[in-house]
Amino acid sequence: MAPVMIRLENVTKVYRLGAEDVHALRGVDLEVGSGEFVALMGPSGSGKSTLMNLIGCLDRPTSGRYWLDGQNVETMDDDNLSMYRLKHLGFVFQSFNLIPQLTVLENIELPMFYRGVPAAESRERAAALARRVGLGGRLKHRPSELSGGQCQLVAIARALANDPPVILADEPTGNLDSRTGEQIMQILEELHRDGRTIVLVTHEPDIARYAKRRIYLRDGRIEREEHAA
Amino acid sequence: MTFYVAIRNLQLGLKDILSHKTRSLLTTLGVVFGVGSVIAMLAVGEGASQQALEEIRKVGSRNILIIAQKSVDEESVARRYVRMSVYGLKYEDEERIRALTPAIRRIVPVRLMRRDGVLGSRRMELRVVGTTPEWFELVPRRILAGRVLQAGDLAEYARVCVLTEVGARRLLATEHVIGETIQIGPQFFEVVGVVESGAGGRAVAVPDEEVDAYVPLTTQLHVFGEINARVSAGSRDIEKVELHEILVEVAREEWVEPTAAAIETMLQYFHPKKDYKMSVPLALLRQAEQTKRTFNVVLGSIAGISLVVGGIGIMNIMLASVTERTKEIGIRRAIGARRSQIVMQFLIETMVLSGVGGLIGILAGLAIPALITRTTGMPTVVPLYSLVLSFGISVSVGLIFGLYPAIRAARLDPIEALRHE
Repeated sequence: MAPVMIRLENVTKVYRLGAEDVHALRGVDLEVGSGEFVALMGPSGSGKSTLMNLIGCLDRPTSGRYWLDGQNVETMDDDNLSMYRLKHLGFVFQSFNLIPQLTVLENIELPMFYRGVPAAESRERAAALARRVGLGGRLKHRPSELSGGQCQLVAIARALANDPPVILADEPTGNLDSRTGEQIMQILEELHRDGRTIVLVTHEPDIARYAKRRIYLRDGRIEREEHAA
Repeated sequence: MTFYVAIRNLQLGLKDILSHKTRSLLTTLGVVFGVGSVIAMLAVGEGASQQALEEIRKVGSRNILIIAQKSVDEESVARRYVRMSVYGLKYEDEERIRALTPAIRRIVPVRLMRRDGVLGSRRMELRVVGTTPEWFELVPRRILAGRVLQAGDLAEYARVCVLTEVGARRLLATEHVIGETIQIGPQFFEVVGVVESGAGGRAVAVPDEEVDAYVPLTTQLHVFGEINARVSAGSRDIEKVELHEILVEVAREEWVEPTAAAIETMLQYFHPKKDYKMSVPLALLRQAEQTKRTFNVVLGSIAGISLVVGGIGIMNIMLASVTERTKEIGIRRAIGARRSQIVMQFLIETMVLSGVGGLIGILAGLAIPALITRTTGMPTVVPLYSLVLSFGISVSVGLIFGLYPAIRAARLDPIEALRHE
């Protein structure tokens, strides 16, 4: 079996909402091997977004332990968590989350900027990534001048900027028509074939179909798993 | 690497500022006015004080002027048709002052009178200054032609005079001045030299005037006597004054004030009517500098207040900008920006904003004094330090007032910020 990329042990997450405690995760054990393509599924309120935020190092668990790429993450301070996000994770969001005042090229360069990659090198790599997702001719455009599908392609290029081993895609096709959605999923599948670990959050079975392993969440627990043939 | 990051941040900051041109301009207006008015006011103050210092320097900072004047008692005497006043400095005073302290290097006695100078059909009133050759060392003016008075002139009671440039030009109206003979009062004097005219100070008593005729003291006494008569409005004023002025040069600047005090004490004893006054340019210089310092403190406070107001304006806009860009901050944090990098981004933006405001302010601060000089003729001097200082302060204002919004931006929870619309 491939080495473990993501490992969660009895992870819980409790939010305080006014006077009430909300148990978003009630003890999740999960192992994702390096290079796996996993889909997290479940109805809204099942805890899949919370789990995604934990895996994405945007949040820390209330209890339990979490290793990412061999490193124990839940005890890291904010700076180290940021560094870990920068180098090990690429995010693809439902609403693209591009920075509107930056051009396509600058958006793709952003993670390299925060890593301190020299300007010439980062510009070159960003241009290469844009060409790879088929946007080589749109480098100077702003997100507002692009279609939704093109925006998501830029977001994918940005996620790849620092060549992270893990790509987290949170409903990446949620704002796209089915044809563009297919296109995005094909690119994710390509990344998976390159050997990257992909964690996909979706509630569409058609989209989840691309993943080799589907994990169903309900009420903050893993309900069941399916493996593609 | 950090340098590169700073440069990139600077570029991004500029970009953001340029994308909100009107807002950015309005934001910096406080700093623009603050910096502009400070530089302009400093320039006016500096101009005025330099003019005063220039005048004082003309008199000589090591000199003391003792000037005879009618005492108050004398003035209050009831009007008579013929009035004889005897007042002023005595020949003995010169000797007493000379004997007072070795700190005194030179001492120049001066007698003054007004007489018409006549040459052919030209006539003009001259101030006839009877003095010694040392006058020209205490009141150094450029020699334009010929020579100044010499010790021999005094010994021989020579009928020679030295004119000032303006007087010479008005009276003689010719290039060939040296060797001409002019009539002063009833007597004839040979013109032996021409010196530059003093400007005539407004702030300080300057020993020389625009139209002076310098003659040997001995000659003046011999020819005109000690009594001066003046007819005015039906009454005759007769004055008997031995010396109108005594100029004292002290060897060292730091001895000027003690020497002046000693002379004053001594003169008070011999002149209980106080028929003289003392003018110490150095003391005036000190006073002028003190005034300038006070002026600068007041200006500094005004500058401080206006820059704080400007800074609050910037902080206000930056706080709004942080709220407006919450989502952007969330994206940057999710991608992997550290808190310090977010702080840096916003700090550089505010510093660029206030720095640009400072630069515009400097331009205004250079333009306003130029305009003042042009329209009112008031002298203005923009000191270099005021430009450097106000630019530095405006950038620091950006730093200080940008810190709070920047820290607030960095403290945002990335998940919440991402959800923000």
